[in-house]
Amino acid sequence: MANVLVVAEQRDGAVKRVSMEAIAAVRSVADVSGGAVHVLVVGPPATATDDLTGSGADTVFRALGDEAALYQADLYAATAAARAEASDAALVLVAATALGKDLAPRIAARLGCGLVADVSTLERSDDGLVATRAVYSAKAMMTVRLTGRRSVVSVRPNAFTPLERGDAPSVEDMALASVSARARTVRVEQPEQAALDVAEASVVVSGGRGLKEPAHFALVEELAAALGGAVGASRAVVDAGWRPHAEQVGQTGKTVSPSLYVAVGISGAVQHLAGMRTSQVIVAINKDKDAPIFKVADYGIVGDLFEIVPRLTEEIRTIKEQ
Amino acid sequence: MKIAVCVKRTPDTETRIKIAADGRSIDESGVKFVLNPYDEYAVEEALALKEKAGAGEVVVVALGADAAQETLRTALAMGADRGILLRPSGSTDDPYVVARALADELGAAEYDLVLFGKLAIDDYHHGVGTMVAALMDLPCVSAISALELADGHGTARREIEGGVEVVEFDLPAVLTADKGLNEPRYPALRGIMMAKKKPLEVKDVTVADGGVEVTALTLPAARAEGRIVGEGADAVPALVDALRNEAKVL
Ligand SMILES: Cc1cc2nc3c(=O)[nH]c(=O)nc-3n(C[C@H](O)[C@H](O)[C@H](O)COP(=O)(O)OP(=O)(O)OC[C@H]3O[C@@H](n4cnc5c(N)ncnc54)[C@H](O)[C@@H]3O)c2cc1C
Ligand SMILES: Nc1ncnc2c1ncn2[C@@H]1O[C@H](COP(=O)(O)O)[C@@H](O)[C@H]1O
Repeated sequence: MANVLVVAEQRDGAVKRVSMEAIAAVRSVADVSGGAVHVLVVGPPATATDDLTGSGADTVFRALGDEAALYQADLYAATAAARAEASDAALVLVAATALGKDLAPRIAARLGCGLVADVSTLERSDDGLVATRAVYSAKAMMTVRLTGRRSVVSVRPNAFTPLERGDAPSVEDMALASVSARARTVRVEQPEQAALDVAEASVVVSGGRGLKEPAHFALVEELAAALGGAVGASRAVVDAGWRPHAEQVGQTGKTVSPSLYVAVGISGAVQHLAGMRTSQVIVAINKDKDAPIFKVADYGIVGDLFEIVPRLTEEIRTIKEQ
Repeated sequence: MKIAVCVKRTPDTETRIKIAADGRSIDESGVKFVLNPYDEYAVEEALALKEKAGAGEVVVVALGADAAQETLRTALAMGADRGILLRPSGSTDDPYVVARALADELGAAEYDLVLFGKLAIDDYHHGVGTMVAALMDLPCVSAISALELADGHGTARREIEGGVEVVEFDLPAVLTADKGLNEPRYPALRGIMMAKKKPLEVKDVTVADGGVEVTALTLPAARAEGRIVGEGADAVPALVDALRNEAKVL
């Protein structure tokens, strides 16, 4: 029966958690159809694939080489498309990260097949394969049916839980595709202190204009640190130059769906909600009880953030120490 | 410099979404439509490049129903030279179908650059631009927030998790625009008047069958009714308790 291929993403030589999530998303589909789960890892020679043990992968294909140390779109896409053909994959999955959002459509175009982006569910129903995805700034959910012989699907980070199965996959090496790359990633510039990215974190604490001035973001940073999470920001404070755009959550920033999202001094404009509405648990701290953020929040505290946030940070620290 | 920009008609971000009677699309009545915000960055970039080069042409292309003419006119009012509307013969549920139709049109002319938005804020595919590039076999950098062009090649920057990727590419190329690339201009009154007279070609195109079918559009499951746990710092213990014991996220 038809196999599935997950194109895993690695960073600094280790496979990312989001790729384990993508394997989890498709494992049950493969079980029903009786197909195998193939995982392709493209990256530098030193990439470790041990973490894929227990992830649900049946076979891991390693396409490693110095030329793949940085994300090279054409090289990665051509290698993935070749693997999909060789694996006779009916589904090709990638995680919907910055890399995956770039890669998935390229693979689909090379394979001449359909694309379903950023899915949060994927199931086999009587109708065939069905996926759901947030559209219209997360103001609606779209259900799609995959009707083609083959489809490329990108999977929303944090929407699936990695599996824990005991078995180790078999590992095979394969060659990277040869491409004449007319676009080349020459370097990745990292900020001096590499911070946890909002799009990848399972806890995000975001601050807005309610913080009044940039220095007060220390309150948000401390709470995020106590929770082991990343710092996010509203557009208002990014536009004001208080925070880098990389931290912006929303329509024109990043889409996040962490297990916990804390909005501090953020009103909850629709464009902000677009980026965080699908978080599992939302907490809002705002002095205005009518702020729209409370409409999506699971838990809210009405009041002055300057009093509430330090206290919250303290309580969290106490718990974490226990 | 001859530049094409693909533009899409999308509901304004503030729109309240209502589901249409067919259960698989939005009810468009009373909805304000705009030029997709990311496409504004693409149009702006094209215009700025043309102005800098002192010569060239900016062609805007939309695939969609007749209503998308209005979107093309907005881009013409910003300063684009002419527009092309492609009216599809069938479903465009699959972004691959959209990309194929656009690639067929774009491939028929020689452009130095083809620009897109990184994402359409209605369907959220984040894919049509990169797909068109792959179909046209052109180098492509997606979601760029900075661009420099030199003779026959260029350098673009794109934000990724925890950093910025710097990508060099040869021309002709496909680029998709992210926020930060520029500040789009507003159409001036004069531009709006002039846009009415600019050429806008309408073509019917046969689209391929797709592999994706939209079966339903629903409002997001209402989040379980949230609650205000209290007021001020005194409410913190109750919040922590709820996060720990109810939501189990701590
Ligand atoms: C096309 C477009 C795209 C956009 N994209 C985005 C996007 O990606 N992300 C985004 O965030 N926005 C986006 N916006 C902007 C959005 O509309 C809002 O303007 C923005 O989100 C507001 O940011 P804010 O909540 O920080 O500020 P405000 O709306 O000013 O809210 C500040 C909040 O802080 C509260 N507050 C003040 N003082 C205190 C205190 N002491 N204690 C507690 N609470 C306090 C206030 O009650 C208020 O609710 C976009 C807008 C447009 C038009
Ligand atoms: N129907 C369309 N007509 C013209 N351009 C489109 C169309 N759909 C998408 N695009 C372009 O492709 C980009 C990405 O769209 P999407 O992949 O649908 O999120 C948009 O920002 C537009 O530049």
